[in-house]
Amino acid sequence: MSLMPYRVVWAAFLAPALALAQSIPPGTETRIANLEAAVKSAQSAGDNAWMLVSAALVLMMTGPGLALFYGGLVRRKNVLSTMMHSFVLMAVVSVIWAIAGYSLAFGEGSPVLGGLHYLFLNNVGAAPNPDYAATIPQQTYMIYQLMFAIITPALISGAFAERMKFSAMLLFTVLWLFIVYLPLAHMVWGKGGLLNAFSGGTIPCFDFAGGTVVHISSGVSALVCALYLGKRQGYRSEQMKPHSLVLSVIGACLLWVGWFGFNAGSALAASALATSAFVATHFATAAAALGWLLLEWIHNGKPSVLGGISGAVAGLVAITPASGFVKPFPAMLIGFIAGIVCYFMVTAVKSKFKYDDTLDAFGVHGAGGTVGAILTGVFATMAVNDNLKTAAGQTLPLGWVDGHAGQVLNQLAGVAISWGFAIVGTLIILKICDVLVGVRVSAEQELEGLDVSMHGEEGYNLDA
Amino acid sequence: MKKIEAIIQPHKLDDVKEALKGIGIDGMTISEVRGHGRQKGHKEVYRGMEYQVDLLPKIKLEMVVSDERSTEVIQTVVASARTGKIGDGKVFVYEVAEAIRIRNDDRGVGAL
Repeated sequence: MSLMPYRVVWAAFLAPALALAQSIPPGTETRIANLEAAVKSAQSAGDNAWMLVSAALVLMMTGPGLALFYGGLVRRKNVLSTMMHSFVLMAVVSVIWAIAGYSLAFGEGSPVLGGLHYLFLNNVGAAPNPDYAATIPQQTYMIYQLMFAIITPALISGAFAERMKFSAMLLFTVLWLFIVYLPLAHMVWGKGGLLNAFSGGTIPCFDFAGGTVVHISSGVSALVCALYLGKRQGYRSEQMKPHSLVLSVIGACLLWVGWFGFNAGSALAASALATSAFVATHFATAAAALGWLLLEWIHNGKPSVLGGISGAVAGLVAITPASGFVKPFPAMLIGFIAGIVCYFMVTAVKSKFKYDDTLDAFGVHGAGGTVGAILTGVFATMAVNDNLKTAAGQTLPLGWVDGHAGQVLNQLAGVAISWGFAIVGTLIILKICDVLVGVRVSAEQELEGLDVSMHGEEGYNLDA
Repeated sequence: MKKIEAIIQPHKLDDVKEALKGIGIDGMTISEVRGHGRQKGHKEVYRGMEYQVDLLPKIKLEMVVSDERSTEVIQTVVASARTGKIGDGKVFVYEVAEAIRIRNDDRGVGAL
């Protein structure tokens, strides 16, 4: 059958339609406006659903993820105190975030710190904040960012586990949020931040989900804590084996799953970019686990479970800043390199310099974060992320693979600023805590274990 | 009366229990212990930290039997706990001065 008759029919319909369009009857504009509103609301519903799930996933990384991962690695007498470091921050940081944290990180202010516009969550409601995420309520964005502020200080606790006073740990965290985290978060992600490439930052850095803000800041601060507090009693002379690697495996796997919220959620929408970050995250983690295992197998003769999960976490850390900028294979390479670098950090480097970074917060987060931040400058490509544009709307090249080798220098500057901020800030804070409450438990309390001496409980009452 | 104390491989406990039941011995006390004789331990490595683990898990079995039965019980324990490898454990035999059943104050072999 010929198509001709249909064309004739179309023409018959089209002619009056065109005539109609020239004289839009009253009411049509309202209907178009309603339609636009409905489309917007449908997009917002999709994006908001994903972002709420992502927020929950990131909280799951701290508790139970990190609590189990770290809890399993310490001795039995310190399991609860170590899990408490993660758990209590879910409460403490949340309260601070509502009072002033969100405002100081994301309010409009100076290039290094946000303003007071959102103090006590004023002006943070259902309306989106187009500076950050135009399709979701600002409240969603606020609660999502809170989960990052919770896990970051929890990561540091890996360095002072088994010997820091609980009171000092609380004071340390509160001060650390104000002096280190909030300024860094503002610099990298806040509107007009010094390092924010997408908001006219003077030093344009790419940090998709927190390589500098979360991992370098926590990892480097962790090293400062480990050095300041000194070694645990009996370090390297007594056995300090992880009391339950079973808990650690569960924790590490929860971290892996939760990290999809951390990285893919950082697209701030249920978009193709979120998928790309999800994919990059997964492949980097797989390659990092294999990298660590392989090296350990060659070096020690046996591939360990702890090695596998440590490698996976190193990969998750390293891909964090790059996740929304790189393709799957470069992601795998970043993960693999991070697995190998972090293995050397926690074995060779730690034993050479003899610092007691109890759970390798520096060796994994500091080192992995630094590797990831630098390699982001190499592999970031506009083929994945076309959000960097000129004023005229032209897409700009991102990293070295796009021919913009100078980005590596920008990344190095961002890394240096984060390192410097973390070192100086943490030293000052530790000094304050030491003067006010004393940072380290007594020798007797340490021997007894922090579960009993700090919290009056034991983790395992198997005869109860 | 003799007290027979056997330190054996944990995985041989069921074999020893079965063998003892076979000759009519069903009273015993066991505990989980750690130790080593000539057996060497093993190396464990956690993120590059090496630990030599030389105190290995063992099971300690204790029972008190009449003098007449002691030889047979010792032979049964030794035969059923043996794998032929280093680490199989040891049996120690002691003289027992008295045995008392707490429930009714029975004394001597009758209390066993």
